[in-house]
Amino acid sequence: MADFETPEFREYPAVPLIKQDVMAGNGPFISRAEFDTDLGYPGELPADWKEKTLEKMGDLLGRYRSLQVFMDSCIKCGACTDKCHYFIGTSDPKNMPVARQDLMRKVYRRYFTFAGKYFPKLVGAVDLTEDVLDEWYNYYHQCSECRRCSVFCPMGIDTAEVTMAAREILAHVGKAQKYSNQIIQKVYKIGNNLGLPGKALKGILEDLEEEMEDECGVPVKYNMDEVGCEVLLMTPSADFFAEPHIDGLIGYGKVLHELGITWTVSSKASEAANFGLFIGSYENIQKISMRIREAAIELKVKRIIFGECGHAWRVAYSFLNTLAGPFDFLDQNYPIPQHILEVTYGALQDGKLRMNKAENDHLTMTFHDSCNVARASRMGDKPGGQFDIPRAVIEASCNNYVDMDADTIKDATFCCGGGGGLLTDDLMELRIKGALPRMEALKQVTEESGVTNIAAICAICKSQFTKTLPYFGFEMDSIMSVHQLVSEAIVMTGSMQEKELDGVDDEAESDE
Amino acid sequence: MSAFYALLLTVAFLVLIIGLTKKIIQYSRVPAPLKIPVTPAPLTKGGVAIRLAKEAILFAALFRSNKWTWLFGWMFHMSLFIVLLNHLRFFITDVPLPLILLQNVGEYAAFTMFIGLAGLLVRRMFVARVKYISAPSDYLWLILLMVIALTGIVMRFISHTDIIAIKEFSLGLMSFNWQDLPTDFPLMVHLFLVAALMILLPFSKLLHIPGLFFAPTRNQVDNPREVRHISSWAAELDAEKNKVQPK
Repeated sequence: MADFETPEFREYPAVPLIKQDVMAGNGPFISRAEFDTDLGYPGELPADWKEKTLEKMGDLLGRYRSLQVFMDSCIKCGACTDKCHYFIGTSDPKNMPVARQDLMRKVYRRYFTFAGKYFPKLVGAVDLTEDVLDEWYNYYHQCSECRRCSVFCPMGIDTAEVTMAAREILAHVGKAQKYSNQIIQKVYKIGNNLGLPGKALKGILEDLEEEMEDECGVPVKYNMDEVGCEVLLMTPSADFFAEPHIDGLIGYGKVLHELGITWTVSSKASEAANFGLFIGSYENIQKISMRIREAAIELKVKRIIFGECGHAWRVAYSFLNTLAGPFDFLDQNYPIPQHILEVTYGALQDGKLRMNKAENDHLTMTFHDSCNVARASRMGDKPGGQFDIPRAVIEASCNNYVDMDADTIKDATFCCGGGGGLLTDDLMELRIKGALPRMEALKQVTEESGVTNIAAICAICKSQFTKTLPYFGFEMDSIMSVHQLVSEAIVMTGSMQEKELDGVDDEAESDE
Repeated sequence: MSAFYALLLTVAFLVLIIGLTKKIIQYSRVPAPLKIPVTPAPLTKGGVAIRLAKEAILFAALFRSNKWTWLFGWMFHMSLFIVLLNHLRFFITDVPLPLILLQNVGEYAAFTMFIGLAGLLVRRMFVARVKYISAPSDYLWLILLMVIALTGIVMRFISHTDIIAIKEFSLGLMSFNWQDLPTDFPLMVHLFLVAALMILLPFSKLLHIPGLFFAPTRNQVDNPREVRHISSWAAELDAEKNKVQPK
């Protein structure tokens, strides 16, 4: 474990004073050449790295309107400077969104603008050196691409776009991050981020079926590679074994069973997350997305439903149609793709699910809006459905629900601290410090409203909170999946829970 | 001197128009391959127009972000807008009634413009976070605009300049029929800095003016599931890779 102090809760969450270079360093582990070459990168610093860097930068400026416009349009107003959770948690001024963008903008100005070519000092332009690249590597891996700054930017500048471009450029000169690239390689070779082979996955799912049979007395199916099901379920691989993720998967299964919807996961595409997004590589985002199309065709499904995963849902909702569509072979009566919460919410609206909220009476819940769901996607047919639908489902599953401070939820939500390719042990200090604003908001509702647990709809948030909560004095298992609450409360037709609740067949039960 | 200013202002105007046009063409030609509106986002084009109008006119995001910066920034921009409207009278022979009416309140906009800019300058100098991100040019822009406002105030309220002569000069500029310009010092400074502003605008952060409307985070409709979004270079990748089809 790295040597650092957990930041203390602040009495008044004021903006911290800047402390230069406190997060200076080498950044996360650099990728190994073998991971890079599989993803189409050189894997080492080429001799002509400077030309390569500028060439790639020029290429991206010509390919992404966002990058080109954002490089020009920042007015240095400072509106974003106190909005990033990593700045709030670390006080390092290079973690202020504008300063993070400026690491690249200074080079952009030097080589791509008239002012920077001839008057570099005047406009703060700098020469591209290897030190500059190393600083990029360090600080562009202290951004979780959560887009909170873009909400507050008067020009709509999204630092995530700059971070992604920087990482893509760095990868082209042999400075890719090990965590993300290794994971993407696993997706290509094995099918999911965790490197869980099909056989192991099958075993887990069969165990779940047995467990459900024992617990509920109904045959809830957790299929894998079953041809001809109605639905292909895409879910983050953490849902297959990590806590509390798997309790969410159990919940999806129960909901779909109760609605009579047959579904399967695919061993080939056993991962909803798309780390291509983190490294800013369109080609890799697309290649990873194509597995979903291929699996849907092979398994002859009619619908694609995504489980609880933040960045996965961004790629699914916002990009999948572009990257792997058109999906004219799927049932057009349903959104393509659909979120499991949209399914559950719709069923609740139609009165198709019976919920016994009392099962969750020992809990007082709050909800953490996952950044990429909140600011880069939607659920349902209205803007802001991504906020209302999860809350409606939670409130249909439990009696006690409280929102955290308004400045820390919905589109102003703070990142958990581990998103965007930073959920790795070599960045633990950053992850803990970056979690501070969320932990403070949680602390407030635990003290003022007696909140006991926090629910999330993202595999990364859930893993990150499992790690960070104990640092801040909370119980590790106070983080829950939203469908875990659903799973506890749902009363499936013919289940033991139904019999217990309705007080019939008690004798038959005890006779067994 | 008059010829120098006539030439300078004509060149400045051309640089502004050509430079800005080139940038706008560049922004519109660079593709936006993926749907990246910051959500919640409007579901229709009309909704997007409202979203952009709220940003351009009210500075909605900045208001949410920082009330002081919003106050000074909005005060400066709105005042500048009124000041520019007021200056239209120099380019129109028969000034229409609305502009004449505006003149009565409009002439004080120079003061609010100056106050707004001064507020922004103080922020930039004394808020450590803002100071950290400021380059020399960031200060110079504010100072340049403040001097422009100040010389305007001087000419209007203290040392009056020959407005009739200026109007003849400016009307002459438009038909390349160069007239004599009064040689008051404040006017010389005022016009020189305005020319500098016009020339530098397309090469500076003042590109935020078109940039605001070209940010995909704000100008895209939130409908990726309903409408397949595909850009030029992405379409090539698509044609190559998108071969798996159901049998």
